[in-house]
Amino acid sequence: MAALISFQDVSKVFGSGDRAVRAVDGVTLDIEAGEIFGVIGYSGAGKSTLVRLVNALEPVTSGRLLVDGQDVTALGESQLRRVRAGIGMVFQQFNLLNSRTVAGNVGYPLKVAGWPRDKRAARVAELLDYVGIADKAKSYPRQLSGGQKQRVGIARALATSPRILLADEATSALDPDTTQDVLALLRRVNRELGVTVIVITHEMDVIRLLAHRVAVMEAGRVIEHGPVYDVFAAPRERATRRFVATTLKDRPTPEALDRLRHRHPGRIITVGIRESGVDVTAALREHGVDGTIVFGGITEIDERPFGSLTLELTGADGAVDALIARLRETTDVDDLGTAGVRA
Amino acid sequence: MNRDWSELSPILWESVRETLYIVGVTVGVGGALGLVLGVLLYATRRGNLLQNVVVFTILNVAVNVVRPIPFIIFITAVGPVTLAVVGTTIGNDAVIFAMAIMATFVTARIVEQNLVATDPGVIEAARAMGASRLRILVTVLVPEALAPLILGYTFLLIGIVDMSALAGYVGGGGLGNFAIVYGYQRFNWEVTLVTVLVIIGMVQLAQLLGNWLARKALHR
Repeated sequence: MAALISFQDVSKVFGSGDRAVRAVDGVTLDIEAGEIFGVIGYSGAGKSTLVRLVNALEPVTSGRLLVDGQDVTALGESQLRRVRAGIGMVFQQFNLLNSRTVAGNVGYPLKVAGWPRDKRAARVAELLDYVGIADKAKSYPRQLSGGQKQRVGIARALATSPRILLADEATSALDPDTTQDVLALLRRVNRELGVTVIVITHEMDVIRLLAHRVAVMEAGRVIEHGPVYDVFAAPRERATRRFVATTLKDRPTPEALDRLRHRHPGRIITVGIRESGVDVTAALREHGVDGTIVFGGITEIDERPFGSLTLELTGADGAVDALIARLRETTDVDDLGTAGVRA
Repeated sequence: MNRDWSELSPILWESVRETLYIVGVTVGVGGALGLVLGVLLYATRRGNLLQNVVVFTILNVAVNVVRPIPFIIFITAVGPVTLAVVGTTIGNDAVIFAMAIMATFVTARIVEQNLVATDPGVIEAARAMGASRLRILVTVLVPEALAPLILGYTFLLIGIVDMSALAGYVGGGGLGNFAIVYGYQRFNWEVTLVTVLVIIGMVQLAQLLGNWLARKALHR
């Protein structure tokens, strides 16, 4: 099946000559219909520019970019407007029209699309109901909280029933509780309406909670991409490892490990907990080794278990070695050794 | 004195009416043309919706050339044009012609300066929805800047009242002419004072109305 969005060696250069900046540098990437695709990177990595190429808010400098089979780099302004109308966009700062009511904001893209007034009103009511702010229809954006504003933003982005929704740091201006609500809404939009969602963020938590696949960007390039679970389980690049470390604090830092060794003289190992991993307690019993859980954390990524447990093992040396070998058959084991002898 | 005012007050009220007419037409015509010019000035600037170096430069230079000319000099300098268009250089219509031109350029700058403060994110959002550039200018840019624009226009209105008084010196009617003819030229300081009070009253009313409308437009 052809991808819904296909970047083929796409670059975007701002400015020219000595002051030229390659915001997006030779990106090749396929985004499939129906998925939630995350793009993560530090600020200035080029992720916001990348997403703006999709709806041609920024023209591509070189390469091909297919959106729904159409090469957007070859289209004129009026055709681009039609492409844009079929792609919803949600912004970090919401970008609502302060001069219009909530209903006016949600109705604006319909007005642009030429819907008659009565059909517009019905659709607006339906959308406000869907995002849960039907009671705010007559309010103005300045009278709303951040979470309510983003709901309006999402309703507005969905107004014309787009196949693609671009979310540019959609939760970065929200508090943690509201972030959860908005992420849940985006998940619902993807699952119930079948909208393909592209999420731009600098927060690995957003990727962990929302995305199916992720691309990590650095200096305009996609340095790593794949299913979120795989990227979390085996991050290849340094930047990726740093992002993963910000969301999962399941492994002890060197300082925490020193404190652990102080309290626990035995051999310390960290066992990765995966969907298909071995049952650690059963393995301990089997090899006659005592294990004390001293650190760790298990969470869900893409609705599958993920994390690690750090244990202090006490038992005969041979038994402990056999246990570690057994665990290594199905998962990653980090042997941190004992206080005196570092493995 | 009292007999004086029984003669003067009908003339004063007629002058108020004339001033309102001159200022009203000038604000209407100059304000509308200035809005168009101001939006164009904003939109053709580099990086904006209708980016166009040639148009922007021409407009920008025109505004910068016309605006600093003292109005009393400007109104006499455009005399030949006024004569050609209106058919005379005296009377309210001739004065309105010159005032409307000046008001257009002044408004253009006021409008442009207020539009600059508009959040570019809102314009980006409208573009992302597939709105055309013209539609964005009319339905997003101007409504979003409405509150500061109202205050800008209030400022303009007061400036035009000032202009109309000067115009009274060179052929126009209204309160300026009244104060000069019945106050200044007859050494009647009381008439001048009364005229000043009437003008202050009008300006106060305009400012109060402008503030109130701007507050409404903010939708807080």
